[in-house]
Amino acid sequence: MTIAYTRQDFQSDQEVRWCPGCGDYTILASVQLFMADAGIPKENVVFVSGIGCAARFPYYMETFGMHSVHGRAPAIATGIAAARPELSVWVVSGDGDALSIGGNHLIHALRRNVNIKILLFNNQIYGLTKGQYSPTSEAGKRTKSSPMGSLDHPFNPVSLALGAEATFVARTLDMDRTHTIEMLTAAHQHQGSAFIEIYQNCNVFNDKAFIELTAKESRDENQIRLVQGEKVLFDGGKKGVALEEGRAFIVDVEQYGEDVVHTHDATVDDPATAFALSRLAHGPHGPTPLGIFRNVERPAYDDDMERQIADATEAKGPGDLASVLRTNATWTVD
Amino acid sequence: MAITQDSAPPISDRERRQRVVIRFAGDSGDGMQLAGARFTDASAAFGNDLATLPNFPAEIRAPAGTLAGVSAFQIHIAGGDILTPGDAPDVLVAMNPAALKKNLDDVMPGGVIVINTDSFEERNLAKAGYETDPREDGTLDGYNVLAAPMDELTKEAVKDSGVQGREVLRSKNFFALGALAWMFDRPQETTLDWVAEKFAAKPEVLAANTAAFKAGYNYGITTEAFAHSTFEVPAADLPPGEYTNVVGNQTIAWGLIAGAQAAGIPLFYASYPITPASDVLHELARHKNFGIKTFQAEDEIAAVGLALGAAFVGHLGVTGTSGPGVALKSETISLALMAELPLIILNVQRGGPSTGLPTKTEQSDLMMSIHGRHGDAPLPVIAASSPGDAFDAAIEACRIAIKYMTPVILLSDGYIGTSSEPWLLPDSANLPSFPTSFATHIEGKEFMPYLRDPETLARPWAVPGTPGLEHRVGGLEKDQLTGDVSYDPINHEVMTLLREQKVAAVANDIPDIEVEDDADAELLVVGWGSTYSATRAGVNNTRLEGYKVAHIHLRHLHPFANNLGEVLARYPKVLVPELNRGQLSRLLRAEFLVPAISFSKVQGLPFKAAEIKDKIIETLEMP
Ligand SMILES: Cc1ncc(C[n+]2csc(CCOP(=O)(O)OP(=O)(O)O)c2C)c(N)n1
Ligand code: SF4
Ligand SMILES: [Mg+2]
Repeated sequence: MTIAYTRQDFQSDQEVRWCPGCGDYTILASVQLFMADAGIPKENVVFVSGIGCAARFPYYMETFGMHSVHGRAPAIATGIAAARPELSVWVVSGDGDALSIGGNHLIHALRRNVNIKILLFNNQIYGLTKGQYSPTSEAGKRTKSSPMGSLDHPFNPVSLALGAEATFVARTLDMDRTHTIEMLTAAHQHQGSAFIEIYQNCNVFNDKAFIELTAKESRDENQIRLVQGEKVLFDGGKKGVALEEGRAFIVDVEQYGEDVVHTHDATVDDPATAFALSRLAHGPHGPTPLGIFRNVERPAYDDDMERQIADATEAKGPGDLASVLRTNATWTVD
Repeated sequence: MAITQDSAPPISDRERRQRVVIRFAGDSGDGMQLAGARFTDASAAFGNDLATLPNFPAEIRAPAGTLAGVSAFQIHIAGGDILTPGDAPDVLVAMNPAALKKNLDDVMPGGVIVINTDSFEERNLAKAGYETDPREDGTLDGYNVLAAPMDELTKEAVKDSGVQGREVLRSKNFFALGALAWMFDRPQETTLDWVAEKFAAKPEVLAANTAAFKAGYNYGITTEAFAHSTFEVPAADLPPGEYTNVVGNQTIAWGLIAGAQAAGIPLFYASYPITPASDVLHELARHKNFGIKTFQAEDEIAAVGLALGAAFVGHLGVTGTSGPGVALKSETISLALMAELPLIILNVQRGGPSTGLPTKTEQSDLMMSIHGRHGDAPLPVIAASSPGDAFDAAIEACRIAIKYMTPVILLSDGYIGTSSEPWLLPDSANLPSFPTSFATHIEGKEFMPYLRDPETLARPWAVPGTPGLEHRVGGLEKDQLTGDVSYDPINHEVMTLLREQKVAAVANDIPDIEVEDDADAELLVVGWGSTYSATRAGVNNTRLEGYKVAHIHLRHLHPFANNLGEVLARYPKVLVPELNRGQLSRLLRAEFLVPAISFSKVQGLPFKAAEIKDKIIETLEMP
């Protein structure tokens, strides 16, 4: 049975307090539109976030939610999903939240394949604390905490997730609602943990970080759409992505022909190709792949956990405290 | 397995003792913990009252033969009600020179020392720091030394068992155990049955251990020195009922299971391995057929997060650790407090700060439990006082966490966690019951997640899956009714006070302190946690000498029982023994303005009853 919801059903009565023009608004709208269509009973949806601008998200969703501790949302969400596998559990996180203070929880949630969907709002900056460089900021970035340029080499979140052997890894853009909803839908349908990096513009502290991907004049030549079963072509089919010796690179289709162009298959178990694709762009400068990098099947942690309980109960019968209390030798004093 | 009673001397030849303290000591590879545990079971089966104290090195395998590598297990057996594992051993089993060197000073004058002479060769003597052989240089004068070449005798005993090479000498702890079983008239079948079950899959090891144990027993019978050092410790006159011998890490796990059953909700235990708390995780992981979910997280921060997540969706969320882990969990504990969700944080304390003395006991996390969070963040703190009491303390923690929608810190320590005592099994039919009532529907127009119960001040527990009760919790301050984010200054003050009052109100829901009183006592001893056994015994022994002393023991460390201030005020002197630098004494001074005197010990070891007694007398005699 699908439930007829509208976007309004997922709008809480709280005033949304992001800066006008912030990319978070668009993502919120996409998520609410997706939820209205997905047909998950509202009372079974839980949004968990850490701390940051992005992390205010649960307050604006008319579902169950927890705005928790900086970086720890994947751990809390894991507890929720492991305790109650029937719930639809979503994590909303920023680049500082998920990759700096919470990096450890992120990789462990991904490798375990717990049934949680992690949305990383990557604005390549610390928004809430007013503009320090983040673990995804480009090296040399000048901010208040790096007046001579940041010395940090940035993470590529998609590469990181693939390195943690995440079973579902995707990337999308705040501005592109249709694509965002497509990614959310695929993540929802996936068994286990899903990771979606969403490029999100912070117009106050890091405006135009993704301009190459979003501006009319440059987006065609920079957005590489990964579509399952299709050749990886972009720039109106003039360019494509080829693979050689495990490395992905861009080829001129007019010169080399379509045959050399890679056909995308996210369901291949070996993550090497997905990883190679993720290395095409380090930060959204120049041609950057968007879409689903990896989507493979592996048993979900929470399901396995239920199975162990069922197996133990079948083998030993339901728990009997009186007999547990007699684990060690007993004796009777008359 | 029949015992060859005919070859044993008549019981009357045995020296009758009301109580004996025995310490097994050897290299960490010598299997002394196992020998101690087996002797404990045999003594329980025999009917003695008992208390045990393991003492092992922090390193899994410190260099063999060194002082650092010595592992010991002490057991106190008695014919009467005993409380502590004993102060000074009457009998020391020393498997090597290092074990002798490290433990000899503790042995009672005139005590029995059982040594494995085969290990007293030059290299081992040097490793232990002996320049001359203590057997010959007068070191052991005044003790009753029972020497046996245990290596040789074990080799001989196990030669037909099929074990080879280094495996052969592994059975020598069973040789020693056999000899002690003879000396103390322990039933052989308790040990032999255990060996048969434990090593069923390894027939050679089964045969070797059985043979070594019997060889030790027979050595006792046939060797004159042993034959004249036999004891009879009568069975204890315990209250009638069914008993078992338990360590606190087991009972606290079982108490959590009982607490979840009392509440009628599933138990979710998340933890990251740490000594001495890991055994609680191990124990609960064995009981998945209760529907218990155990989760070994990537770190302690994740573990508390997992437990809090589980609590948010209606499970009994518990996270267990030791001091360093609690430090990591602190930020999320404050979130649980702010979100007003039930959560239990178990701290099996160990010597600190930092890695400190990981395998040793201490009570030095009391202040951290009560005050160790950012913000004004009060929460209930409950302490177990013995392995048996840990069961009840855990149930109490569950009750309070759920009833008041609050995180609760449950304190145990390395001593309670790893030492054992006979425990009168509770009647499973009469365990407490406090069924959880989740919010099920909206009262009024919209759901008010912070509308409080007028009596407990607890907010409703509304869990996902309940239509219409969708709401958000979080760390930001919340409006006192709607639960919406609120930066209103007055609201923050109201909420801060409400959180404080809610926890303070727990005092109305816990029993008053009952004083173990002597009429016109001049001095009150105030204990908490694992010092119970030593303080109780110390107080009793002081009274036997005619002093008048009163004693109370606190389970609830925050909030205190309502009558505590009035009780403290009744006595001219208040003495607070603690395995820390006076943390409870300071709390009492601050809260009640009483001149509490601290008696502190921070050696990683429990108090001895004699230390408490001496201190009581000293304090009474102070002007
Ligand atoms: C323990 C802790 N340390 C630091 C902070 C301060 N803090 C809040 S949000 C944040 C960074 C947020 O950056 P990001 O995750 O990228 O989110 P954004 O604001 O950009 O959406 C920091 C450092 C905090 N709240 N808690
Ligand atoms: S600071 Fe940046 S990320 Fe935060 S709300 Fe404003 S625009 Fe959005
Ligand atoms: Mg950011």
